[in-house]
Amino acid sequence: MMKIFIFVILFFHFNASFAQKPKLRWGADIESGAPFSYTDPADHKTVIGFEVEIVELLAKEMGMEVEYVQNSWDGLIAGLNRNDYDIVVNGLEITPDRAQVVHFSKPYYYTSESLVVRASNTNVATLDDLKNKRVGTLDGSLAQRILNQLTFPLTVVGYDEEIHSYSDLVIGRLDAVLLDEAIALYYAKPNIELKVVGGPIGYMEYGVVTRLNDPKFSRRVDAALEKIIENGSVQRILEKWNLWNAMSAKAWGKSAEPLTPPVAYDKYISEAWKKETIVQKLKRYASFLPLLGKGAIMTLEISTISMVLAMILGLLTALARLYGHPVVKWLAVAYVEVFRGTPLLIQLYLIFYGLPYVGLTLDPFVAAVLGLGLNYGSCEAENYRAGILSIPKTQMDAAQALGMNWFQSLRHIILPQAVKVVIPPVTNDFIALLKDSSLVSVISMVELTTVYGQLASSSFDYLGLGLLTALVYFVIGLPFVRLARYFESQLANNLPGEQRTRRARPKLFIF
Amino acid sequence: MVASIQNVEKSFHQRPVLNGVSLDITKGDLIAIIGPSGCGKSTFLRCINGLEFVDKGKLEIFGTELCSPLEIGAKEFQRRSLIIRQKVGMVFQSFNLFPHLTILENLMVAPKVVRNISKTDSDARAHEFLAKVGLGDKAHNYPDQLSGGQQQRAAIARALAMSPEILLYDEPTSALDPALVNEVLRVMKQLDQEGMTQMVVTHEMRFARDVADKIVFMDHGKIVEMGPPEQIFGNPQDERTKNFLRHFQ
Ligand SMILES: Nc1ncnc2c1ncn2[C@@H]1O[C@H](COP(=O)(O)OP(=O)(O)OP(=O)(O)O)[C@@H](O)[C@H]1O
Ligand SMILES: [Mg+2]
Repeated sequence: MMKIFIFVILFFHFNASFAQKPKLRWGADIESGAPFSYTDPADHKTVIGFEVEIVELLAKEMGMEVEYVQNSWDGLIAGLNRNDYDIVVNGLEITPDRAQVVHFSKPYYYTSESLVVRASNTNVATLDDLKNKRVGTLDGSLAQRILNQLTFPLTVVGYDEEIHSYSDLVIGRLDAVLLDEAIALYYAKPNIELKVVGGPIGYMEYGVVTRLNDPKFSRRVDAALEKIIENGSVQRILEKWNLWNAMSAKAWGKSAEPLTPPVAYDKYISEAWKKETIVQKLKRYASFLPLLGKGAIMTLEISTISMVLAMILGLLTALARLYGHPVVKWLAVAYVEVFRGTPLLIQLYLIFYGLPYVGLTLDPFVAAVLGLGLNYGSCEAENYRAGILSIPKTQMDAAQALGMNWFQSLRHIILPQAVKVVIPPVTNDFIALLKDSSLVSVISMVELTTVYGQLASSSFDYLGLGLLTALVYFVIGLPFVRLARYFESQLANNLPGEQRTRRARPKLFIF
Repeated sequence: MVASIQNVEKSFHQRPVLNGVSLDITKGDLIAIIGPSGCGKSTFLRCINGLEFVDKGKLEIFGTELCSPLEIGAKEFQRRSLIIRQKVGMVFQSFNLFPHLTILENLMVAPKVVRNISKTDSDARAHEFLAKVGLGDKAHNYPDQLSGGQQQRAAIARALAMSPEILLYDEPTSALDPALVNEVLRVMKQLDQEGMTQMVVTHEMRFARDVADKIVFMDHGKIVEMGPPEQIFGNPQDERTKNFLRHFQ
């Protein structure tokens, strides 16, 4: 059994390496789900899928060892060109657009699109029947292009998770779904409420992707792939996953009849579509906890370091804005306005995928911390500024009258008071940051939300896992919520006279 | 003579606030500055320790000369102000104690930060000054746990902890309940007896008459009349002085 341990994925940025063989760094998104690459529902510490097996075989042929690098599917090509990994094998269709920026091998899989409707539907069988219908598909897919080229009126709804389009079809939000054959086979066909209608639609080829700038390596990959196609290994893998079809058979001059049984497909169907008892369900949730826990630790790690960065940046910016030279002041204002006025998501994309174009390639962890830190730094700057301005000017007078210079007055008299004012809003911001850190999953950071996506895409349990993940966020945020309330009550208690001596101590850890 | 102020002028936004003020301060003096609201008393006081800068004229405070920063540059003005503030203490109407520090820490922070005085030394001295103003038992309280009179006495002790040679007070009792005024005045009187040079902007005419060596009456940014209390209160020369003092009879 070919398995890749997830813990390598979780800590890939530490580059743990204990093998002697050269690494074949393989980029893929395990959220892309079955049958491509996904976490094994029976044992979610491992990644399985027909592409996992092809890559393993490819690496073996090349005398290398696979090192898995997680990245979001949308960013796979960008990550490859960032040099985060050396090849991509993850359902990437060979298109002229993509061939401009990366090298494609010969196809390792030929496929088409399948039309799926509700089992009760009898009036849709071909594309021509889709007139005035609502049809779901995957954003940016061949299926979407086919639908958009239809000449009659219809509504095309683009999804980013195939499973969501089928569930919307089941509940009647859609009339039909056009998606890749493999996806229909795994997500629609086993569902008794849905059925696949008509024959194959369109045609596409999946290729192994390498960088354009290393033709020698690309040739090695191509040669190895050709070899394992020729000796029938790839065919056996496709058969095992029930993906052997007429198109692949024709391309390779083989019979369309499979030679071996689809054992992996059968296993997948029996596991993914079985009915669970409540106890089994709870057991499954419990088994998710270690992975979610690891994600939670990463989330906390990113959030804490980002917040420290944000607080330092915020303080410096506030001081620059309040006391700086006009040019410095202007820069500080510009920084605050730009980072407060643009979405964090776009900032993260720019830092991670944009900066490499000007020669600055950042590690995902660094990019995540930098993105969150810069964004929240602009909020903290405003907090600090308000805090400093809330300290009466007479405090500065008193400090200077005692002989302290401007900096000493600021350092010993103004800032300690300002910080006290600023602690409650800063703590609240930290809680917001903790939640916003889920956005860094888009720049291939494996944190809590990424783990959720990976587990959900293999178990389809979007409701249960969503609640479970929300609960984990809630639990790790709770101490900080309590802390914020504690600081707030401290500040409110900071009243004149008697009340201070008898200050009630708010209890920290009780709800 | 410890300080001499010559023909000082100052405007805020083109509006003159001080129009040529001159004053000599002799060691051990207690000078009371009186005058109607807005006549520039506070501004005058703040010019002496460089919290405000003058536009024209010059001040010589304990041998350090101060004039408009336009003449000597802002940096030099700050440098000289810092030297002067080593010798000049100031007490404010609103006390301006540091609320995040205990009374003891309020007294110790400047000696530590400015003079690098060791904690043990400044701790002993701080207790000494607190005892002097009658707050020996409040060392570890925070400012907001003290009454107004106590806070103002703590502020005087804080100024004393930097061993100034002159103390400037800007209406030190105006923010106090009448019942608490005397405890502050008593401290000032005691300091006067010990030979401290003091300059007080005040509306406490009784105190000015009984304790001050010299009364300075200001109006519209000018010193109208000055002299010993008997003269100013007993036989004022200028109409404006007479008018002003009539309110207090
Ligand atoms: N920082 C400042 N900016 C602008 N105008 C000021 C400033 N400080 C004082 N002034 C103005 O200068 C004039 C003199 O003010 P100052 O505080 O010196 O008067 P004062 O004699 O102390 O009055 P009071 O008895 O009310 O304290 C006032 O008209 C005041 O409004
Ligand atoms: Mg005043």
